Amino acid sequence: MSKPVESLKEATIRFAGDSGDGMQLVGGEMANTSALIGNDIGVLPDFPAEIRAPAGTLPGVSGYQLHISSFDIHTPGEKYDALVAMNPAALKTNLENLKPNGILIINVGGFKDRNLKLAHYDSNPLEDGSLDKYQVFAVDMNTLTRKALEELGLSAKIVDRCKNFFALGMVFWLYNRTMDHALSLLKSKFAKKPELAEANSRALKAGSVYCEATEQFATSYEVKPAKLPRGKYRNISGNTATALGLIAASQKSGLPLFLGSYPITPASDILHELSKYKHYGVRTFQAEDEIAAICSVIGAAYSGSLAVTSTSGPGLALKAEALGLAISVELPLVVCNVQRAGPSTGMPTKTEQADLMQALYGRNGEAPLPVVAASKPADCFETAYEACRIAIKHMTPVLFLSDGYLANGAEPWPIPKAEDLPEIPVNFAKDPESFQPFLRDEDTLARPWAIPGTPGLEHRIGGIEKEAVTGNVSYDPRNHEYMTRIRAEKIEKIADDIPPTEIEGEKTGDLLLVGWGSTYGAIKTAVEHKLDEGKSVSRIHLTHLNPLPKDLGEILKSFKHVLMPEINAGQLVNVIRAKYMVPAIGFNKVQGLPFFSSEIEQKIDEILESK
Amino acid sequence: MNAETKTISPNGPTELKLTKKDFESDQEVRWCPGCGDYAILAQTQRTLPDLNIPKEKYVFVSGIGCSSRFPYYMDTYGFHSIHGRAPAIATGIKITNPDLSVWVITGDGDALSIGGNHFIHLLRRNVDINVILFNNRIYGLTKGQYSPTSEFGKVTKSTPFGSVDHPFNPISVALGASATFVARATDRDPAHLSKIIKRASAHKGTALIEVLQNCNIFNDGTWFKYTDKNSKAENVVYLEHGKPLVFGAEQDKGIRLNGFRPEAVSLTNGKYSEKDLLVHDEKDTDATYAFILSHMMDNPNLPIPVGVFRAIDKVCYEDAMAQQIEASKEKFGKPDLQALLEAGDTWDVE
Repeated sequence: MSKPVESLKEATIRFAGDSGDGMQLVGGEMANTSALIGNDIGVLPDFPAEIRAPAGTLPGVSGYQLHISSFDIHTPGEKYDALVAMNPAALKTNLENLKPNGILIINVGGFKDRNLKLAHYDSNPLEDGSLDKYQVFAVDMNTLTRKALEELGLSAKIVDRCKNFFALGMVFWLYNRTMDHALSLLKSKFAKKPELAEANSRALKAGSVYCEATEQFATSYEVKPAKLPRGKYRNISGNTATALGLIAASQKSGLPLFLGSYPITPASDILHELSKYKHYGVRTFQAEDEIAAICSVIGAAYSGSLAVTSTSGPGLALKAEALGLAISVELPLVVCNVQRAGPSTGMPTKTEQADLMQALYGRNGEAPLPVVAASKPADCFETAYEACRIAIKHMTPVLFLSDGYLANGAEPWPIPKAEDLPEIPVNFAKDPESFQPFLRDEDTLARPWAIPGTPGLEHRIGGIEKEAVTGNVSYDPRNHEYMTRIRAEKIEKIADDIPPTEIEGEKTGDLLLVGWGSTYGAIKTAVEHKLDEGKSVSRIHLTHLNPLPKDLGEILKSFKHVLMPEINAGQLVNVIRAKYMVPAIGFNKVQGLPFFSSEIEQKIDEILESK
Repeated sequence: MNAETKTISPNGPTELKLTKKDFESDQEVRWCPGCGDYAILAQTQRTLPDLNIPKEKYVFVSGIGCSSRFPYYMDTYGFHSIHGRAPAIATGIKITNPDLSVWVITGDGDALSIGGNHFIHLLRRNVDINVILFNNRIYGLTKGQYSPTSEFGKVTKSTPFGSVDHPFNPISVALGASATFVARATDRDPAHLSKIIKRASAHKGTALIEVLQNCNIFNDGTWFKYTDKNSKAENVVYLEHGKPLVFGAEQDKGIRLNGFRPEAVSLTNGKYSEKDLLVHDEKDTDATYAFILSHMMDNPNLPIPVGVFRAIDKVCYEDAMAQQIEASKEKFGKPDLQALLEAGDTWDVE
């Protein structure tokens, strides 16, 4: 007799275990399977910087959070409906966010005295009543996995490493997921080691069968497919979307893509991803350091490539001087900065939006450049593409901001049609008669792009101030002021291309929320809830942070209050206050974690009630 | 591939008919009167017409320092960049446009101090770029501080009691970084410099030329022992592949190896003859011999070698990269953006 199935609109699930337990793998597979059956998803991989922190310790816990739903969602969820804890440390660090009466699946096999001690438990929570308010499913996954695999004759070490798939099998049963994708993933992942594919497949099935067979589990759940707009979808992470956006811009512009990069968390996946696409003419260069990375990119831009570097905050700091050179010589390139918690090394695997000021101002001299920021993992595609378009059209380096939350997070992406992507025209200078290195386009003020190898256009550029038009070295005071102002004007003119800002909610009212970057989902969810409650609240999201949209000043002045949530100590809020003289209110969180929409909702209530 | 062949230009020199004047820009040269840089510039401009390369294919990239103004004076593509970073910029240029003849102009401070990292990695990767390192053992543009090649004890503006830094030997550093072409020339021997420039240009891979150059304002005469016509012959040994290491005004001295140590011997006292001497082998793939030569500069009892220390074949970076791209195209076929966007697991929402 089959067990009852209860239908849910959404569920938030957290896998937590040791960093060697394979939580990212099984969490990611739960996400992919859910996306494939049509749920909307939001994910938050949350792992330590150490590759293998000491086993069983609190700092060694690796978590993967997943939000699945039957409607359009924008965040990885807040409180968990279900938590899988592979050891006491995972339980201790994650229990706080499990909902009362939430499902708690515990691997009893991981709860030895030694592990309890490592997690600083004085008594065993499985025995002391401290878990009474949850639905606890205590299962000895170690023993059950060993039993399921005993015929295979594998070493104990290999067998024990399959328990994550046993756990996944349980979660699959609990949420009625099909196993097809997971089984084919194992086949391809372990194509060269079929015995491992077999072992993990057996563990997966055993986990599911166990739930079906034992009386412990009475009910399972289902989350129906979400009603998403029509189209072809794939699940995509921010870093992959960034890489694809860059390749798309290369293909559409006809410029070969060059990536000069130095490995840094959480940006390295952009380098990994692009290095696969040599047949698309992509050249990836792993430089000796961050400075060489951007300098190689300047060289590639100079000789006519679509030139890109990828980094994170500490790397951006090292690139500052070279970025100033790119501004001075007015060459097109894109810097992808995947922000992480700082300052200094900070918390490399944790997210933050604290590089905005560095992006806008972090160079010597008057050195403005365009800054754009992605809002969601899939939006990294469009925003990276936009960064390339701006760079080429306006002959300037462009800073593209992403962050750890977007980079590693993933969501279903309605795949665009290549032919629908905006064109990116490229005009190399060819004519020696009319050529002057710094003679500007009347509309954009961009200078000509004259690449070495073009006969008759031999010229010199450099970081020394240049005379207008000729580009010859000039120390003339008035020329310097003129060049400073025209470089700034060139950047300001990019605002002509920015589409009108979309406002969610009324165009005027009590409260406007202004967001940028990865706070998009949490702010949108909060505002949607408040609109449902009939509150006077509206929302805008900024992709272009320099220059800002032309209509922004008017919009800001149409509301009594302006609230700006940021994952930093207050950066864009100060830019907005200074530029538009509006008393925008900052709302800040600097914990290396994204906002919960509930936190923003609470702040909205506070402001609306105090008026 | 033969190290001495280049694929840059299909045109012969007679066809191109370039002259020194074609390589002179309209910018006024602004080095101090008497600076060794003038001779290096003039010799470069004089030599390039012989190289068989169309003018628009040349790119000169420099960092910061007196020598780094060089590209402004060349009527070619030129990029005066930031301190120490020219090798990285040149790398980006060359690997995205291998058809260009890319030259890095740098100094002892630019290449070996602030840009030390990029310098060694350029040599290690063996990108087909030519580097002319102007070594005057002083910081000139910042008005006279000691440099990473200044002698221990050197009194300068920033070391009034003498420098306590041990110097770099640029040739040894380059060999240590696995450079495939390493040479030394001087500003006061233009004919030899011209020969070395041609050799560097012909080398497939990174070619380093250290030019001993005089700063007549802040470090006047630092190399005179090796460049003045009265002392040069006794203190310099010219390296020629396959020839014994002979030197002296009368060609009466030579260098022999005593164990691992080179020593200068007389060829006239009947004890040694030419057959006892080291015979120069620039093609030795083992760098030990070249390294021994490079250290002769650190021994005051020995002449310094000038010429090509090492010129060996090794695949260069941009060729290896191009091969991977070609192999990939063969394996995976033509780019198809739509297919790329739709790669992996997809599903349709109706």
